[in-house]
Amino acid sequence: MSVADDAIRCDACPVLCYIKPGRAGACDRYANADGQLVRLDPHVVLERAVSRGDTLVPFLEKSREWDGALVSGEQTFVTAIGAGTTYPDYKPAPFIISSEVAGVDMVTVVTEGIFSYCGVKLKIDTDRHLGAECSTVRAEGEAVGHVTTNEYGSQMLSLGGVRHLTGGSRHEGTATCDALLNLCNRKAVELKIDDGATVIVEADKAPIVDNVQEERMRVGCGSATIGMFAKQWFGKVDEVVVVDDHITGVLSEHQAGKLLGVPESGIALKGRRSTPGRYFRVAEPGTSWGGTNIDDPLSILGPFDREVARPGLRLLMVSTTGEQHAYFELDEDFRPVEKELPGALRESVERIRENCEPALCTVLFMGGAGGSLRAGVTENPVKLTHSVRDALTRVTCGGAPVYVWPGGGITIMADVSRMPENAFGYVPTPALVAPIEFTLKLTDYAALGGYMDHVRPLSSIKRDEESRKRLPARPDNPWPLASAKSGEKSRT
Amino acid sequence: MNDRAQIRMLPDGRRLHMYDGPIDVIVEAFGEVSEIEVAYRVAAARFVDILDELCSELEFLRRPVSEDGDLPAGPIARGMVAAVKPFASRTFITPMAAVAGAVAEEILETMIAAANLSRAYVNDGGDIALHLAPGEKFVVGMVERPDRASLFGTTTIKSGDPIRGIATSGWRGRSFSLGIADAVTVLADTAAMADAAATVVANAVDLPGHPGIGRVRACDLAPDSDLSERLVTQSVGELEPTEIRDALEAGIRVAESLRGSGLIRAAALNLQGETRVVVPVETGLAPSPSAETRDGSPVHA
Repeated sequence: MSVADDAIRCDACPVLCYIKPGRAGACDRYANADGQLVRLDPHVVLERAVSRGDTLVPFLEKSREWDGALVSGEQTFVTAIGAGTTYPDYKPAPFIISSEVAGVDMVTVVTEGIFSYCGVKLKIDTDRHLGAECSTVRAEGEAVGHVTTNEYGSQMLSLGGVRHLTGGSRHEGTATCDALLNLCNRKAVELKIDDGATVIVEADKAPIVDNVQEERMRVGCGSATIGMFAKQWFGKVDEVVVVDDHITGVLSEHQAGKLLGVPESGIALKGRRSTPGRYFRVAEPGTSWGGTNIDDPLSILGPFDREVARPGLRLLMVSTTGEQHAYFELDEDFRPVEKELPGALRESVERIRENCEPALCTVLFMGGAGGSLRAGVTENPVKLTHSVRDALTRVTCGGAPVYVWPGGGITIMADVSRMPENAFGYVPTPALVAPIEFTLKLTDYAALGGYMDHVRPLSSIKRDEESRKRLPARPDNPWPLASAKSGEKSRT
Repeated sequence: MNDRAQIRMLPDGRRLHMYDGPIDVIVEAFGEVSEIEVAYRVAAARFVDILDELCSELEFLRRPVSEDGDLPAGPIARGMVAAVKPFASRTFITPMAAVAGAVAEEILETMIAAANLSRAYVNDGGDIALHLAPGEKFVVGMVERPDRASLFGTTTIKSGDPIRGIATSGWRGRSFSLGIADAVTVLADTAAMADAAATVVANAVDLPGHPGIGRVRACDLAPDSDLSERLVTQSVGELEPTEIRDALEAGIRVAESLRGSGLIRAAALNLQGETRVVVPVETGLAPSPSAETRDGSPVHA
């Protein structure tokens, strides 16, 4: 086909449109601007809310009355959500936007990254046993991740990663991509752990473990709970056992009880004694009392020592969240008989519960910025890596702050709850599409080999376009354009 | 399979948005959540192959059809040819006139073959394929101009109606038009047929030789357009009421004839605020004013 001399051929898709200057291709996404192929994509403009009240409106639709001056450059930040990607063409990023911040020319490189190397780290606040460390975590029957460490009051899961996304069967990759996409877009996902629990996870919501919604995080391990509440129990009860799958605490034997002068009670705990008043493995892990598998607390006790115990001895057994509790008194035969919890103790049980924070699931997206993504920012990608490392370049995900892992490459983690809704997409590779923005001083951008001829002013991003969304910024996120470092090598 | 296609749920959490090159579709399915999930999954799986499939035969699809010409290989391309063939004897038309409708139809068929849905629609840039289980209905909003979201009326499509396709064409839309209609909305049995017919009727709404109409050779705007050297409308000055009536009348004649031969079921033609409709009296498909309370989910044509 003969091509008019001033038309350019767009190779963004197989239609291969010839586009005349000032016109767009068949997609209305790519256009010819003075001989340059440019993107005209819809995307999200994250606006710094003038007042906190604005954040009550999750999606503030485009307003017609913008005059370009009302909102200064400092107040508007263009996110990469919906910006489109450069993959696999190694073109400059879809948007490279300059704005003046406190007299300094800043530039934000805005792109959507296709992350084959990505996953999520889940923190599930629960005492219940979800599964053994290293157990496979499944979604839709496919392996999508594994159980990792138990943290204080939480179970960590690691999902995704390139091995599940592209290293296994096609179905494994698709199920992994689906699970990651839904978790990142703050939707509920059901995860089944091999030889463990089924848990429904949704960012910023309580986990649902085997159909039971988790209410609270434990106040501490059993031993810590003894330490915190020993004084409140002293004089009101003779013995307290705080049942915990990890470390069960016993008041009379615990250092805290000893200091108060709590006399020995003759109690005998099952499991393995670690240090005085602290017992490991009093039962098997489970989803009942304190993350054990027991429903009857007495099942973790042996017979009382008749030499030490006395009839009428008062015993409180309570779980680490205060959700389960039982009160007993010894009969003439030294057997614990369940009685109604006295009012004085009820208060302390409630106190344990009050001190437990609401149980939540938190979802951190983790991904590594790859070759084409960095090539969309600069012709010399390693310089971008160094610039990020030196804190000259601020990285954000949909305007949300990220943690940049030390060491090589640009591997980031971001809390999906701090990003706009539905910020993630996917490509069928399968891989996740996540927004990523790099903000730095214009002079620094030039120095690292940036695409200076693609930089355009913020004012060119018209807000009155049909498909562009304006969102108020979250007040708990640092403003992406604020206090970006320059020249000095300091970390924030 | 390709790496370009982008697929995501819209922020409302209900609609699926997929785009790949010039194809941009919004899908919404109704029914059990598990069925909707299946439908969206198969829709996405089918979607990712569509653009490559069409582009492999793009040159053929940009050439006018003839009554006894070759058939393309792909299923969507065949649907495009079948939809435009009935018009080949009366006007210049290429299979590209039905591309959006044919794509919408293909995605819809993929979904309803895999999932049990009460209703579903696939909106490919204004060309819409519908699925209605018995007893279901859609309320369809009609726009005055494709580039504006103002409705001039709505119409209700019930499961008992034969209509399963809606398309809108006009010179202000994304595709070139040879006519001056702001919008022609056609209801037909299939989305591909609605798409082709809307193009033909919109081309017919015209005032040949009128000095107030700016026309440019298609190839001067888009060098690879299937309309090559044909003049496409780029501007329409303010018209006299009699001129509007004449132009609409020319379109109505074509629409009536298409309805008479059973190719379409109804059409609404819009030019500079004036609306004319072609509707079968017996089905009462007349557009009703948009102020009326809508009790179904509106689909914007």
